[in-house]
Amino acid sequence: MRTAFINTLYKIAKRDKRVMFVAADLGYSVVERFMQDLPSQYLNIGISEQNMAGVAAGMTTEGKIPVIYSIVPFATMRNFEQIRNDICYQNLNVKIVGVGAGFSYGPYAHTHHGLEDIGILRTLANLVILCPGDPIEVGLATREALSHVGPVYLRLGKAGEPNIHKNKPRFKIGKGIVLQEGKDVTVFGTSNLLQRAQEVSVKLKDKGVSVRLVSMHTIKPIDVDLIIDSVKKTRAIFTVEEHSIIGGLGSAVAEVIAESGIRTKFKRIGVPDRFTKVIGLQEYMRKANGLGVEQIINTILTTLNS
Amino acid sequence: MEEELKKTASKVRKDIILMSLRAKSAHTGGALSCVEILVSLYFKVMKVFPEDPYNAKRDRLVFSKAHDAKALYAVLCERGFFDRKILEGYEVDGGFLPGHSTRHCAPGVEVSAGSLGHGLPMAAGMAYVGKKDRKSFKVFAVLSDGECDEGSTWEAILFSGHHRLDNLIAIVDYNKLQGFGYIKDILDLEPLKDKWSAFGWEVRDVDGHNIADLIKNLSKVPFKKGKPSVIIAHTIKGFKGVPKHVNQISSQYKPPSEEEAMKVIKNLDRE
Repeated sequence: MRTAFINTLYKIAKRDKRVMFVAADLGYSVVERFMQDLPSQYLNIGISEQNMAGVAAGMTTEGKIPVIYSIVPFATMRNFEQIRNDICYQNLNVKIVGVGAGFSYGPYAHTHHGLEDIGILRTLANLVILCPGDPIEVGLATREALSHVGPVYLRLGKAGEPNIHKNKPRFKIGKGIVLQEGKDVTVFGTSNLLQRAQEVSVKLKDKGVSVRLVSMHTIKPIDVDLIIDSVKKTRAIFTVEEHSIIGGLGSAVAEVIAESGIRTKFKRIGVPDRFTKVIGLQEYMRKANGLGVEQIINTILTTLNS
Repeated sequence: MEEELKKTASKVRKDIILMSLRAKSAHTGGALSCVEILVSLYFKVMKVFPEDPYNAKRDRLVFSKAHDAKALYAVLCERGFFDRKILEGYEVDGGFLPGHSTRHCAPGVEVSAGSLGHGLPMAAGMAYVGKKDRKSFKVFAVLSDGECDEGSTWEAILFSGHHRLDNLIAIVDYNKLQGFGYIKDILDLEPLKDKWSAFGWEVRDVDGHNIADLIKNLSKVPFKKGKPSVIIAHTIKGFKGVPKHVNQISSQYKPPSEEEAMKVIKNLDRE
């Protein structure tokens, strides 16, 4: 995902000299080409994320389009108040990029896990939140983020995620993408767990459950119409995300369903509200949190049959 | 000129006292301590266009100690950026002027601030672009001494020194009092001059109530080519306000009573 992001940004920045890539001392083996070919549009600001967000705000008032970059917690939490006051309150055209969604940095422990970013950022007015689900979506989301005028948060996984889409889909901020139609249940996947949602839907088909699979790449503004449509068309709704069960995609979808007045079965599947005690690679961490393929299938079937 | 600007400063102080009285607002002492700084900047030092407030050629002012916005509003008004009527809307229901100055709330207000330690990074961002794009404007940032407690301020100081932002000028309103006591007792900043200097800035100590001195120094920026400049402006919190609050933390919290306000205004009129 990182590569798809930086390659797209590189292409955009080459044409649009207003674009500035500002990183907080990260990007080894990712940003070198950008650095070398577009040195006047690149700034390693040092390990100072609060300053990074403030400087970006100041750059924007002078006509630049800064893209600020760090690992999810440092890009969004260390400087949350700068994002709130300097960027969102002033509605400035800054793009905030967090790399390492969920357990991408699994063995590094909780300081480096990206599990609360969507929850906190969703409370900020003016901010668009994009969580693309595969490298193809990352490229499209990067383009949309840069052409949107106003603050955007772009949540990225790390490296090596497979493409889920076979062809380039139509990508519009605020509009989920239906990857597969189905009549029994709807699974909304987002960010780096879209892949898992797809694996789950394939296996559920073998078990005779027909799944409507949706990539919810925009968490804010959430696609209300698509959620309501899914509630009407399928018997149960599931959200799948590598983010705290509190505040993320699941919460956003729950809010829409609860206010719709329509009765349906619904279950949030995400990281339970606790700090995981074990450490390990991404897949190990997923399983430690009920996010393995079989675990999710069990959760879905149990909910469906309850 | 200076005599005239002293009169302007008195007018600004009167407006501050009246705004404070009307809204029963706090943060009067820090507004009174930065009057001469702002008057010097807006009336003599900075290139400003009151009729065209966001003219690309203007010098930028980031008012980081935004809790003292009364002073900024009064000076902008006095300089002709907007009508006096707007001042009546300070911190009152439906008024235009928030307690903490907010981007474009009135013509000439460049950025939103209020949480301390946010202004200097934004000013540094503007200065970075200005320098990079070879623009001639300067960026001035007015900081409180209290916000030199904030780590983000020092991140920006480090950044600006490293990038040699000599189009950036910080002015610290060093009135020696922070929220709940004297700075030396709460979190001592001394030696403040040495700290800025060690971070690559060229520093001047100035009497922050002496307009002639302020103008003399502010007209010489950058003090050194290739270095950001900072003026440590030694000031008195509550200066020329209600006597019992001068240099007291109460000046941060207590609005004047009607009687006190009238007395202060009478004294200012005599100046």
